[in-house]
Amino acid sequence: MGNSSSMLTQYDIEEVQEHCNNTFSQQEIVSLYQRFCQLDRNGGGFISADEFMTVPEFAVNPLSQRLLRMLDGLNFKEFVFFLSAFSSRASLQLKVDFIFKVYDSDGNGKVSFNDVLDILRDLTGQFIAEHQREHVLTQVLEEAGYTKDSLLVPADFMKILGSSDLKMEVEVPVD
Amino acid sequence: MNKLNTSSSELDLDRPNIEDYLPSGSIQEPHGELRLRDLLDISPTLTEAAGAIVDDSFTRCFKSNPPEPWNWNIYLFPLWCLGVVVRYMILFPLRVMVLMLGWIVFLSCYFPVHFLLTGQEKLRKRLERGLVELICSFFVASWTGVVKYHGPRPSMRPKQVFVANHTSMIDFIVLEQMTAFAVIMQKHPGWVEAKDREIVARKLREHVHGADNNPLLIFPEGTCVNNHYTVMFKKGAFELGCTVCPIAVKYNKIFVDAFWNSRKQSFTTHLLQLMTSWAVVCDVWYLEPQNLKPGETAIEFAERVRDIISVRAGLKKVPWDGYLKYSRPSPKHREQKQQSFAESILRRLEEK
Repeated sequence: MGNSSSMLTQYDIEEVQEHCNNTFSQQEIVSLYQRFCQLDRNGGGFISADEFMTVPEFAVNPLSQRLLRMLDGLNFKEFVFFLSAFSSRASLQLKVDFIFKVYDSDGNGKVSFNDVLDILRDLTGQFIAEHQREHVLTQVLEEAGYTKDSLLVPADFMKILGSSDLKMEVEVPVD
Repeated sequence: MNKLNTSSSELDLDRPNIEDYLPSGSIQEPHGELRLRDLLDISPTLTEAAGAIVDDSFTRCFKSNPPEPWNWNIYLFPLWCLGVVVRYMILFPLRVMVLMLGWIVFLSCYFPVHFLLTGQEKLRKRLERGLVELICSFFVASWTGVVKYHGPRPSMRPKQVFVANHTSMIDFIVLEQMTAFAVIMQKHPGWVEAKDREIVARKLREHVHGADNNPLLIFPEGTCVNNHYTVMFKKGAFELGCTVCPIAVKYNKIFVDAFWNSRKQSFTTHLLQLMTSWAVVCDVWYLEPQNLKPGETAIEFAERVRDIISVRAGLKKVPWDGYLKYSRPSPKHREQKQQSFAESILRRLEEK
């Protein structure tokens, strides 16, 4: 991909499209590239954490730090792949797998009680006491047939979250 | 680091409820018994983040949209080339000469008037105002500004302040050619200490109450916006205890885009672009003066006036502070989201 030029060749577009398994149309990829270049102000070929944080809507999101870890150093192809979970053409499996990846911060394929607790802490901040968080989580885990020591795998996530009303879609503005 | 803290708390005070503006369609009101699924399902938050990555209303405010090139066929292209020759070889030198002439006239009249008429204050001030308006007309001519003014011209009255939306440095020249304002743009918070703000506010109040002073023009956005959107108005102009007269400015991009995108070009390049275009076309509306309504806060007043200006000029409102170009949003917003999610969990626990 030509980092110095702001033009995508047809070959580039097709390569990116293949990499994200056709979840985005070619027009959407062109739009995403314009957006990528807009955010990548210093032209380094990837969007730095600082550059992401210049988007106020992103900066106020409770999960922004976690997502920044996943977005760190991605080039355009990988950036599109990251966003592919949010495409209207993405399968439910893709979406659930993405959510799993957000929880599984150490990437070992298993989500522990503490992993879920970490995210819950990000989402609720100081507005729930730590012990209350643990209590709530233990309670709902046990209700669902797990325990505090259970390690969840992607199949578990699919079972818990995998229903048709999981809404995780973003529209790519196409001029 | 201390300065940054005060400025972030200042940003706090200047912002009303952002939640009213942000898309909350993805977050439904949850009810019923709390299940594991509800805690694990972070899709609404993720969707918001992804949405912001793909497109966000703040960055849109500062994006310059280049016009579509129209010179792409057999007879339009030569016509366009002819146009380029006329603009660069004829219009541009003419305009530079007009500008130089204007400066000569202005300087040769202003200094004598300023220093020799020290005894007759009223006459001196009137002549100075006239001269300022004259030099601005020369400036406007130097990029062939075609300005249509609507509404009653600002009158010289005390206890009134004028506010306008801000697109470019030329805004104030366009307005100044009609009325010699005293202009202030609300500056970068990092440069004005909290204490200084009080001094500045007091000085402004004194100026406004002085009957013979030039009317005050303030650009409450604090930064140049691309003339399709308005960012939040700073409340400073709205707590001076006087009538606020809104002015709406809308540029027609037919020949050139007046928005100065400081990220993309230097001011000199921008100015040259203006001086080699056919014309800068814009509309200026002087709108009905507004007063603080009983029970209205300064922020609400600012938002109401912003609404009036935005509607008149056909601009979309965004809930962002212009200074976010230079600094991060306050943690208050993230905390609001956290609080609402935490409360919904606790509520559903009790429903059991």
